[in-house]
Amino acid sequence: MVHEWALADALARYIMHRIGGEKKIIKRIIVKLGVLQSIDKEILGFALKEILESMGYTVEKIDFEDEEPVLRCRKCGHEWKPDMSVFDDTVREAIHFVPETIFSYYKCPVCGSRDFDIVKGRGVDVTLIEVE
Amino acid sequence: MIRIDPRLLAAREKLSEIKVIVPVMSSKGGVGKTVIAGSLAVLLARSGVETGLLDLDFTNPGLHVLLGADISSWPEEEKGVVPPRVAGVRFMTTAYYSGDEPMPLRGKYVDEVFKEILCITNWPGVKVLIIDTPPGIRDEALDILTYIPSPRPLIVGTPSPLAIKSVEKLVKVLIDLGHEIIGLIENMASEPGPLKQLAEKYGLEYLGNIPYISNMDLLIGKPYELVDEIEPYLKVALDRIRSLIH
Repeated sequence: MVHEWALADALARYIMHRIGGEKKIIKRIIVKLGVLQSIDKEILGFALKEILESMGYTVEKIDFEDEEPVLRCRKCGHEWKPDMSVFDDTVREAIHFVPETIFSYYKCPVCGSRDFDIVKGRGVDVTLIEVE
Repeated sequence: MIRIDPRLLAAREKLSEIKVIVPVMSSKGGVGKTVIAGSLAVLLARSGVETGLLDLDFTNPGLHVLLGADISSWPEEEKGVVPPRVAGVRFMTTAYYSGDEPMPLRGKYVDEVFKEILCITNWPGVKVLIIDTPPGIRDEALDILTYIPSPRPLIVGTPSPLAIKSVEKLVKVLIDLGHEIIGLIENMASEPGPLKQLAEKYGLEYLGNIPYISNMDLLIGKPYELVDEIEPYLKVALDRIRSLIH
């Protein structure tokens, strides 16, 4: 799952974009992780720290906040938390790379529609950056 | 302050290393965008240009069928993913991940897939990236025009009045946004027709016509046979794209 490096690269560029080049000590970063994507926190945290340090920043702490996925059917209105364990490894990997492939492999458990919304629990984002 | 999606920052950085990005576009469906995009990419690669090919038709990808690509083996991972070579081209498609299953997507999810794919895909050494796009002037087209650095659209149409009317709308959008259009290709046309007149009306380059290829279905999945058939009609377009590589 080394594509965490690509996501870490994106987060690092975003953090640099937000805080600029003057303040070099980052006391704390909070990263929100949508559980749908099954991101490996250890790899993502390591990669993010490495990339930021290569940009000249010092990173004291990276915290992760999990966001459980919730789906809502547009056809029947049913809202549910998907059980990711029902998928085999190949499907979990596909969703890991492109979360929207969930529309290929998952249907509303009540009406069978693939027209549902990912209400939350998708993707990776930075919710807090504390600089010294 | 407008919040920038982190993935776009990484995507733009990766794409900025590519010399020429050519979205093959048409607001009209069924005019041959996929065949022309795939053929241009294979011919560029065959002429020695390191070429990438991206299928942006997420809900109805077809390039892997055209090229006979094996989608059961996924792109290798290297700090992101590196598209495998198919017919000499670095080829990326969501079909690697969705397989032969349908992937119905509302607009906001098209936008998410666009950003995710461009964020995670590395294009090592690629000089020209050809992008196959779905018909319409909707999410995929707007994402290209808004987020991709300096795209050089190539427009495909047919002599049909339905196609001409439709393509003219796309031309207006591209001109309004200040994009430099490479030119127009008139497909399924035995001689230069109304698309040439449209090109002249807007001061755009007419890159030629491609006659109807009656045995096209027999060439699907055989990229080298396909490009042998179509190459004579794409010479002007290929020369124009090559001339943009500095």
